[in-house]
Amino acid sequence: MTDLTTLTAHDLTDLLRAGDATSREITAAHLARARATDHGLHAWLAIDDERATAEADAADARLAAARAEGPEAVAALHPLLGIPVGLKDLVSVAGGQCTAGSRILEGYRAPFDSHVTERLRAAGAVSLGKTNMDEFAMGSSTEHSAFGPTANPWDLERIPGGSSGGSAAAVAAYQTPLAIGTDTGGSIRQPAAMCGITGIKPTYGRVSRYGIVAFASSLDQVGPFGRDARDAAALLHAVSGRDERDSTSAPVPVPDELLALPASDDEAATWIRGRRFGLPREYFVDGMEPGVAARVREAAAALEQAGAIVEEVSLPHTDYGLASYYIVAPAEASSNLARYDGVRYGHSVRGAGDYVANYLATRGGGFGPEVKRRIMLGTYALSAGYYDAFYLKAMKVRTLIKRDFDRLWEAGYDAIVAPTAPGTAWRFGEKLADPVAMYLADACTLPVNMAGLPGMSVPCGLADGLPVGLQLIGAPWSEATLFRAARAYEGLTAGEAWRSVRPRDLETLREPGLPTPAERAGAA
Amino acid sequence: MASLTRADVEHVAHLARLGLTPDELDRLQGEMNHILDQYATLAELDTDHIPPTAQVIELENILRDDVARPSMPPEAVLANAPERDGDAFVVPAILGGD
Repeated sequence: MTDLTTLTAHDLTDLLRAGDATSREITAAHLARARATDHGLHAWLAIDDERATAEADAADARLAAARAEGPEAVAALHPLLGIPVGLKDLVSVAGGQCTAGSRILEGYRAPFDSHVTERLRAAGAVSLGKTNMDEFAMGSSTEHSAFGPTANPWDLERIPGGSSGGSAAAVAAYQTPLAIGTDTGGSIRQPAAMCGITGIKPTYGRVSRYGIVAFASSLDQVGPFGRDARDAAALLHAVSGRDERDSTSAPVPVPDELLALPASDDEAATWIRGRRFGLPREYFVDGMEPGVAARVREAAAALEQAGAIVEEVSLPHTDYGLASYYIVAPAEASSNLARYDGVRYGHSVRGAGDYVANYLATRGGGFGPEVKRRIMLGTYALSAGYYDAFYLKAMKVRTLIKRDFDRLWEAGYDAIVAPTAPGTAWRFGEKLADPVAMYLADACTLPVNMAGLPGMSVPCGLADGLPVGLQLIGAPWSEATLFRAARAYEGLTAGEAWRSVRPRDLETLREPGLPTPAERAGAA
Repeated sequence: MASLTRADVEHVAHLARLGLTPDELDRLQGEMNHILDQYATLAELDTDHIPPTAQVIELENILRDDVARPSMPPEAVLANAPERDGDAFVVPAILGGD
């Protein structure tokens, strides 16, 4: 029998519907692979076999009941029925852990389901467990997880990107076909690029954040990872839509097109003819790896060859994205993270002295170094006398960044194509000593969050054996267009040799006695 | 931009209710000043007549119907409490004396 873990979610759906596999078998295969390969990868903070198996059985029962009812009932089922999904460990699942990668939430049990959890349950997806992440989603390498880093299946000596590095690595290592991440400055797109998979940060307001641990509330969005465009689109479809418990969740219809991307490569590729793409010159930043720039330019050339119009464009305020983001995000984080006071839940120190002493000890002991750095920056930026110089200034620059993009949509561009990140996955420890070097890894993704736009990363080849991501950026609510473009690009490049290259260390992960990523990082 | 002194860093840490060790304060002073240097680039932009953007999607105020719904049971709310007394959280005393 085929190894079920090597299949995409849409192939698994076909098998399920044809009666050639059960969700229980599919789930068991992924649980077994995750258990057998995670020692050297550490993509997961928790795997819940019991819960996953119960959800798989429930999915099989739903499918059987729909079959008994007739073909219409089967057609009405969501394609994710019975399909395994990993959840970044900041998504609340009632009764389960939700650490956000932090000691301060160790032992905490979520008292309710997030909106995303509810939607996945309604679709009948199977939750395998919780994936590793940078603490409170602050980081670009997953090295800031309080529970140790995740490795990259392409090279176990390297980081998988971050902050949703566990979700990206798990999908790339075939431990799960799908995973949920969040993206505040690039935390879905950058790890998708580093791990050679597909991920999208939807338009701000597309997915409700109810039950998702908050980082920076004017920037945070939830989104999917998959190994191809169709899979990521189906997962986005399942979790999108208005939820009155998140007042920023928008009453915008979820496009059914997300479930109707062409199965045929040739058919998908025909969409490209006559489309207009902008290639922003500012995204080819100083110090960019030449192999990355080359792959992205080749991808643009492939689109052009297929009949698209690709024009060099300018987003003149791109260079100000980093500085303005690193005011807005820490400011909002310092406010959001004020709730961790050790009174209602989480790590708590009592008896240190007066109540202030208890707060100082609780927070000083519970947060890791990157989180402390951001809280300090944000508190300073919002403190008396500095608001105008920092936060207000950054919000004005945000207007300029947004207007740069608006001009391109007004000029009729269907999407922007750009690098997702200036480089490929780096070695453990390489950027830990210099926070600004780490922040620069997100230079190409931060402006998209500042403007609230949908941004996607799709694999576009290898540089020195490591994956490169092509970023597709669209106008608000244009996710369906981005997925059409991504699917078309997959169709155009279906025959390319790099498409069939699998992560180099995929099989290594099964070897007994491998060092853990924490041990590798410690030795680095 | 003026650089942060050690006393500034201690003041911000107190505002943020972060208990930091002397080593952490030393390291943060250097790192924060390095990061603040990056912010200086924003001064190049004339933003006097640019309105700030606080939220990016053009949503008007959305009102929901004022209907009563069940809230979480007290047991679920208190399940994570570091310290509880019946149906109440035990909080550190904020007033002096016993």
